[in-house]
Amino acid sequence: MFWQQMVNGITLGSTYALIALGYTLIFGVLNIVNMAHGEIFMFGAFVGLILATKFNIGIFGALLGAMVAGAVLGYLMERLALRPLRRRKVSELAPLISTIGVSIFLESLALRLFGPQAQSFPGVYSTQLFEIGGLKISAVQILILAISFGLMLVLRFWLSKTQLGKSIRATAENIETANLLGVDTQKIIVLTVMLASALGGGAGVLVGLAFNAIEPTMGITMGFKGLAVLILGGLGNITGAMVGGLLLGVAEVFSVAYGVSSYRDAVAFGLIIVLLFLRPQGLFGSQEQQGGR
Amino acid sequence: MLKIEQLAAGYGNIKALKNIDLSVPVGSIVSLIGANGAGKTTAMKVIMGLLKPDSGQILFKGQNINGVATHKIVSAGLSLVPEGRNILCRMTVLENLEMGACQRRDNEVQADMKRIFRRFPILEERKSQLGGTLSGGQQQMLAIGRALMSRPELLLLDEPSMGLAPLVVSDIFKVIQEINQEGTTILLVEQNVRQALKIAQYAYVLETGKMILHGQAKDIANNPRVMEAYLGGKKVG
Repeated sequence: MFWQQMVNGITLGSTYALIALGYTLIFGVLNIVNMAHGEIFMFGAFVGLILATKFNIGIFGALLGAMVAGAVLGYLMERLALRPLRRRKVSELAPLISTIGVSIFLESLALRLFGPQAQSFPGVYSTQLFEIGGLKISAVQILILAISFGLMLVLRFWLSKTQLGKSIRATAENIETANLLGVDTQKIIVLTVMLASALGGGAGVLVGLAFNAIEPTMGITMGFKGLAVLILGGLGNITGAMVGGLLLGVAEVFSVAYGVSSYRDAVAFGLIIVLLFLRPQGLFGSQEQQGGR
Repeated sequence: MLKIEQLAAGYGNIKALKNIDLSVPVGSIVSLIGANGAGKTTAMKVIMGLLKPDSGQILFKGQNINGVATHKIVSAGLSLVPEGRNILCRMTVLENLEMGACQRRDNEVQADMKRIFRRFPILEERKSQLGGTLSGGQQQMLAIGRALMSRPELLLLDEPSMGLAPLVVSDIFKVIQEINQEGTTILLVEQNVRQALKIAQYAYVLETGKMILHGQAKDIANNPRVMEAYLGGKKVG
């Protein structure tokens, strides 16, 4: 029972981690919370769904399509809603408000395009069950675990080993220094927003598979969870987002399994409040102020 | 190599630089001295494209670089070691050096890295440590090494001696002279006037945004006004 719930929790948590990574990357280079991330995630879910149902593309094709759609939305958001504000000297809150605008716009657009009712992926992926040493794991769970951990590993490796990844980290730590070293920080910002949004879009498909329900309002709840994980893990910390996401998922699943199912969010967020009392800078955050600006 | 004409810049209503002229000949060390708030760091920021000037011209190798993006100025052959060193504390020493070469696509990056390790052996010893764990002097060495990794033709140094122990300061100045002898032109901004004038051929004195004096470094060192204001009235040895 315990290990079974552990597996379920880690599966759910890995999707939270993926969403939180998107927040973390953008917070790192721009020092803003992207309030539209949840809606980009929701759009990814719908694009994946349409690709899987209307065009009969396999689940990997749908995932890829959702990530591309996320990246495109991220690009548009950066060009239309964030960059014009960076050029002028405006209040630090302006880009935050601007992303809230983007989120409302995307949600309304989704209502119009896809309708308000919840839709679900075709059942082919959810039926198979595997038994490994007494644990029951569905094919969907394996898929989610493999894809989200795969993406996280690739991201980690990419950030630490490649020149582009290092440029992102340098920009996140100090944008002016990165600029002085010859990094085209404008380009890095676009790239980071696109990357974060692609991860969000991909996470949309995975969450859609896990809960078997996709609706235009799903971005809000998931967005808040990703946001909570961002803070729990320590603002702008990649490892923190991963561990924090897994923790939140496990906490939620356990609160359901041990009898307080209607309080699952209350338990999970209550735990975050307690953790933040003990470590205000987040699990992996440092004492110094985070972010590049 | 670098020629600044009638440059004015500021922050909002504050005019930090009032029509200054400055020129740095190829192969030389030029010192820009002045007290706190004289506008030295502003001048560096304007040259590197971090701050847009209100008017005036900045010519680098005959090209106007006024309004050009910072990363393009770096690829043109300019590099700044900023005030306060700005080490990337969450990246390793090695990664800091690699970031210095982030625009280079040639295959001599590794050879340059070895050269920098030869000049600063302590950096090689600590190459896998995070930049934030280094001492002030080591961070300064890293900042200089990192700037050299882009193979600049003109190296700008903004207060390299700030906050360092006297022994380390003389080491840093020796290194600056060596770098110059190996062919890199240097523009040095300093409050440590005595040392700055000792290694420079030419010097400019900036006071509240205006260039009040310029000339051969040894003449500036013997200028009564400079001696009184910056050198405590004593003659430089």
